[in-house]
Amino acid sequence: MKAALHLKSAAGALALVLAIAAPWLLSAYDLNLMARFLALSLTAMGLVLLWGEGGILSLGQGVFFGLGGYALAMHLKLADLGAGEIPDFMVWSGVEALPWWWAMFKSPVVAIIMVFVAPAAIAALFGWAVFRRRIGGVYFALITQALALAFATLLISQQGKTGGFNGLTDYHTLFGLNLNLPSTTLGLYYVTLALVVAAFFGLRWLLGSRFGKLLRASRDGSNRLRFLGYDPTPYKVVAFTVAGMLTGVSGALFTLHAGVISPALVGVVPSIEMVIWAAIGGRDSIAGALAGALLVNFAKDKISTAFPELWLYGLGLLFILSVTALPKGLAGLVGPDHPFKPEKFGDMFARWRRGKAANAKAPKPSSPAEEIAA
Amino acid sequence: MDIAFLTGQVFNGFSVASLYILAALGLALSFGLMRVINMAHGEILMVGGYLAYLTILWVPGPLGILAGMVVAFIGAGILGGLLEVALVSKLTSRPLDTLLATWGVSLILQQAARDLFGATGVSVTAPAWLDGAVSIGSLQLPYARLFIMLVAIAVLLGLAALLRYTRIGLLVRAVNQDRPTAAAMGVNVRQVDAFIFALGAAVAGVGGVVLALLGPVTPNVGQSYIVTAFLVVILGGLGSIIGTTIAALMIGMITALSQIFVDVSFAQVLTLVFVVIFLQFRPQGVIAIRSRALDAE
Repeated sequence: MKAALHLKSAAGALALVLAIAAPWLLSAYDLNLMARFLALSLTAMGLVLLWGEGGILSLGQGVFFGLGGYALAMHLKLADLGAGEIPDFMVWSGVEALPWWWAMFKSPVVAIIMVFVAPAAIAALFGWAVFRRRIGGVYFALITQALALAFATLLISQQGKTGGFNGLTDYHTLFGLNLNLPSTTLGLYYVTLALVVAAFFGLRWLLGSRFGKLLRASRDGSNRLRFLGYDPTPYKVVAFTVAGMLTGVSGALFTLHAGVISPALVGVVPSIEMVIWAAIGGRDSIAGALAGALLVNFAKDKISTAFPELWLYGLGLLFILSVTALPKGLAGLVGPDHPFKPEKFGDMFARWRRGKAANAKAPKPSSPAEEIAA
Repeated sequence: MDIAFLTGQVFNGFSVASLYILAALGLALSFGLMRVINMAHGEILMVGGYLAYLTILWVPGPLGILAGMVVAFIGAGILGGLLEVALVSKLTSRPLDTLLATWGVSLILQQAARDLFGATGVSVTAPAWLDGAVSIGSLQLPYARLFIMLVAIAVLLGLAALLRYTRIGLLVRAVNQDRPTAAAMGVNVRQVDAFIFALGAAVAGVGGVVLALLGPVTPNVGQSYIVTAFLVVILGGLGSIIGTTIAALMIGMITALSQIFVDVSFAQVLTLVFVVIFLQFRPQGVIAIRSRALDAE
């Protein structure tokens, strides 16, 4: 166990060194992809907190991704303009003056605060309204999916205020820095990396805390938790809020690296794709989700440019396989109960067969509620 | 605002609600029984539409659409049965994972439709006897939309009769009320699950034919209705046909009537807001056969 821990720390340190050295190892194009996908990994990590640990599946993370992305993109759009000018798409749609809620994004500080606050506030409000009435599980998943649909439709229909279907794109300056300079992209890559590392350790701390234990307890037995005198609602609301905030930051960083945010990145389909990153990597492993986000997105980039039709079949299969064959994701392959661990020398599949038989009866997760009671 | 326009919107509301009934009934039945939602349900609608298209190529003439319904009912039912046996039954203890796995199926079905029929979609020409409209004063009620309502009513009555008067219906109600007890009394619970899942898919297949009357059948046609159908299921309550019907009517009316004041996208937002507010007061849905207050969330 101790040796495994050392091994994992060593692997993590190696990954971090490689990530720091990436600008010298990768081409400029691949480095940009790396930065984008690192940004996306924040969304996947948020899902570990929400789905893996909290048992709450949100199919509407795109909403928070979009709120963060649009908050920053609105500032970037305004930063390029002279005094009294309004963004190009507003001119095309015949909007005369900047709406007030656009005008406040003129200040970069407000925009960056909004990247954190807007998704968190919406998540807290929505989460409170829903969890308060004990709506969870499949119900929650489907309601959040409807939220993603409504959000994307609204963005598309408000052409003059949101840029409509094309979204917000074509911006050049942040804090007076030219976004197209290699030095700026390099700096932003390191900012992204730093935020990812901070989120990684922050989430580890959060999940190791008493909060994390109670969140897991609310996943495994909400009613037992209630009988013990806890109200599960605030734990769920906080998990949803933190995940929403991480997703918002993720959206803002992605917007910076990709140079665009549009309804096509925030609707129903992208929202559910976010879940697959965490599912492939391992829904209850932060490192797994990080790896899953990078792997799935690099695979998507390479496969969908070469064989566009094949990618959707592949993605469909990924969804099916990740829940049937690999319910713990890739992280499950290296965890303490990995399926290839030899039971006794020479029979490396015995454990797998037995595990399969046990699973078929009733998968019974260990219950932290009992730990707390004890 | 004049009365004719308002009545027209109410009529539209009923016709939209009929579509949601056809799309959501199957979902609601299997959700009540197994607590799983089939995200590929929209693609089963799509398959129904394509089956109708193929049938009408073989059987042109005024009765082609009815033949299409029979073929779509059977074809979609078989597809649903296969899906249940091969995938859903393996995952019933993990409803959230079922969502993801069936979403994977829906992606594959969509892409398959794109490869087989093209991305632009095919159109089913409505038979001549569905052209035209009843006019009442200045109001025009198209036959096609009346036909959709008739189909929805027929399906509802058929299902209600099946559940009320047949032996399989009795078994379904038993499992719906109390699965462990039903199993202990010797009901083959697995077969009942598979039957209801297939039946729900078959109803969706008929829904797909009806959709084909309104517009072209495209690989994405299911997606445009299914998210709202999910809301109908949530609003309706667990496994109740009446609840689902009432929920479909409510959502259909809100969609149609709010479009008097706001555009389609705001109507969608309003529908969602309505559902969230409604669940604040009745989290169990319109009609709940069983309390889900102590269910695992």
